[in-house]
Amino acid sequence: MTNGSRGDSIVRGFALSSVFWLLVGLVVGMWLAAEMIYPALNLTPWLAFGRLRVVHTNGLVFGFAIGGIFACSYYMLEKLTRTPLVFPGLAKAQLWLFNIAIALAALSLFAGMNTSKEYAELEWPLDVVVVVLWVMFAANVMGTLVKRREKQMYVSLWFLVACVVTVAVVYILNNLAIPVSLTKSYSAYAGVNDANVQWWFGHNAVASVFTFPILAMFYYFLPKSTGLPIYSHRLSIIAFWSLVFGYLWTGAHHLMLTPVPEWIQTVALAFSLFLIAPSWASVINGYYTMNGNWDKMKSNYLTKFFILGVTFYGLQTVQGPTQAIRALSGYLHYTEYIPGHVHMGTMGWVTMIITASMYFMMARISGRGIHSVKLANLHFWLILVGQLLFTVTLWIAGIVQGAMWKATNPDGSLTYTFLDSVAAMYPFWTVRLVGGLLYFAGIAVFAYNLHMTSRPNAQGV
Amino acid sequence: MNFNSLYEKPVLLAIAAAAVISVGTLVTTFIPLFLPGTQPVSPLIKPYTAIETEGRDIYIREGCNNCHTQTVRPLRTEVARYGDYSKPEESAWDRPFLWGSRRTGPDLARAGGKYPDAWHYRHMANPQTMFDKSNMPPYPWLANAKLDTSLTARKVKILGYGYDEAEVARQLAAFRQTVTAPAYPSAQVRSQVTPAALQGEITELDALVAYLQKLGRDLKAAQKPAAGPAPADAAESKNPYAGNRSAEEEGEKIFKEICRSCHGEKGAGGFGPKLATTARKFGGSDADLFASVAGGRPGGMPAFLPQLGKERVWKTVAYIRYLERERR
Repeated sequence: MTNGSRGDSIVRGFALSSVFWLLVGLVVGMWLAAEMIYPALNLTPWLAFGRLRVVHTNGLVFGFAIGGIFACSYYMLEKLTRTPLVFPGLAKAQLWLFNIAIALAALSLFAGMNTSKEYAELEWPLDVVVVVLWVMFAANVMGTLVKRREKQMYVSLWFLVACVVTVAVVYILNNLAIPVSLTKSYSAYAGVNDANVQWWFGHNAVASVFTFPILAMFYYFLPKSTGLPIYSHRLSIIAFWSLVFGYLWTGAHHLMLTPVPEWIQTVALAFSLFLIAPSWASVINGYYTMNGNWDKMKSNYLTKFFILGVTFYGLQTVQGPTQAIRALSGYLHYTEYIPGHVHMGTMGWVTMIITASMYFMMARISGRGIHSVKLANLHFWLILVGQLLFTVTLWIAGIVQGAMWKATNPDGSLTYTFLDSVAAMYPFWTVRLVGGLLYFAGIAVFAYNLHMTSRPNAQGV
Repeated sequence: MNFNSLYEKPVLLAIAAAAVISVGTLVTTFIPLFLPGTQPVSPLIKPYTAIETEGRDIYIREGCNNCHTQTVRPLRTEVARYGDYSKPEESAWDRPFLWGSRRTGPDLARAGGKYPDAWHYRHMANPQTMFDKSNMPPYPWLANAKLDTSLTARKVKILGYGYDEAEVARQLAAFRQTVTAPAYPSAQVRSQVTPAALQGEITELDALVAYLQKLGRDLKAAQKPAAGPAPADAAESKNPYAGNRSAEEEGEKIFKEICRSCHGEKGAGGFGPKLATTARKFGGSDADLFASVAGGRPGGMPAFLPQLGKERVWKTVAYIRYLERERR
């Protein structure tokens, strides 16, 4: 491979931008975790919980995850097609526009310009920018695929294509709105329909951002790091199509026991349970790839990131469907259990895979290997322990909270007031903050290590 | 067609992927958009007034939906805690919907009419003075901002609420007159939290409180005639715990947690009337006190029977009697 090609500098640009937004998003997250315990930290309108939470989620979904996806996609695309990006100038412009858009997004959300629809909070002018960015990305992905020199398209490339198509469809349809002014709009859908469309989007944003492209990275970077071919090509085909088909039916499991028509809830529940199969097909494919070579968990510093990452994906995709079961949803929904679930996926699966993929790419691009394996190991253990402390604490907190909400006296009256259930959460929230701090320390180590790995050498190449 | 060629033709693969994702999308999302049963409309549920529309936009701007849900599920304990479960008709005018996904704070679908406006003014300015264990952020700045109504008429038109610009202006003027009048029942607390320069104006907090008072109001109004008088059942006329010291102590614990925020320390009075007295607006018999606590009273006294149950309502009444004695 050529050192310092245009494609490489674009990959590097997206990777470092993504890590920057990761750090920003986590600082905001820790501030929020502290606000849960000390409400006096809601110092100004810009720092109040309701606005800040949106900055946290959007910063990490759009800044960190999408930035990381752009970086890894362009890298995999060039390698798997043995073809340089068809429009490198467009990709360079996309990098600039991406960072400008994320900065504007953060500012507008701080200022309270938001639509209230989760992960689709950006107001309409920024929605337009997001669509433009996506078209730029799609043009390079599809263009490079059409021009490719490698005849067969590897499974990572299908997941990439599915990501490009699905994000476009769900993002545009959910954000349809009628503008009132430049900074304010009203959803095109009303009430129950708005809820149903929103969670169809919300769930499939998770599918197409936190699943398809992350699986693409997993299927590519695990074999590249270990030197072991993926266990079964056929299994990956089955997993791909059943996952892509099944995901789109399940949005309403976020709306169990609400006024959404019962049949939509039940269909969503059925498909949620079905999704365990294709999800675990990828997990099993990963485990069997390691078959007979498990010593690489110790000898190769990247392997443990991928294997632990896919393990959390496996746990996540069992936990999610069980939460869709009506009785369990009635107990767990709206409690801390749900943020606990989400953070296992994002802090365990998504971040483990993206950070490990970035180490691999930067070590290759710089041509000098990773700056420090020791620091990479420290990063691994800090984010693993931080994440587990965070998520397991919130699961227990959620179970306690659900129990308190449901507790009744023999005469049918409620045992606890709502405020009792809030007061019971403070110890859990404190442990969660500690978990978040450990996790942030791990990510800080990662950012330093990646920076040292990717920095240009003495010749400035 | 050779099946494998799909993996050699990227455009074909993209089309196939689009087709596969559109099946679930069509069935669960697209088709329901055109079924009238998905979002039924009822004449009993009224659109928002001009001021409620603006208040709702403040609620959206501040991201209240990140901590508060607005959908009561059909579960026994949930109905006991919040009130009747949410009906689809109630969301007919909601663009966007605001059901939320997390209850860091309580559900608000039945918040309307539960407390007087004064309760909300005090609570928004500083929640911890009312509930020391609460983690609700204080929002004192909402009372420091004059409400921007320059887009109200346009908003109402886009949302299709069925009244025109002149009506918007009339509603806003009438609302301003109500909240700034000395006779406004919550005038005292409003003037405490509102800066002097804005006492005569509509603030963002005024609009937000108006919106909160709309939540669930129409459903409650529609159900009232059918439900008849409050279900304070006739058998409940004599307090079984009258003069029982340990029951009074239990009543005191309940009072501190639930009643104190409105009726003040030791029932000295607050948004709610003074309780350490024998002068009672709704009558002073055991049966009257039971009916007040259990079934609520107009003007901001919520019904506590579903939450507390008979036994604890009587213990609370026993404590109120204790306060009455101590006072004399």
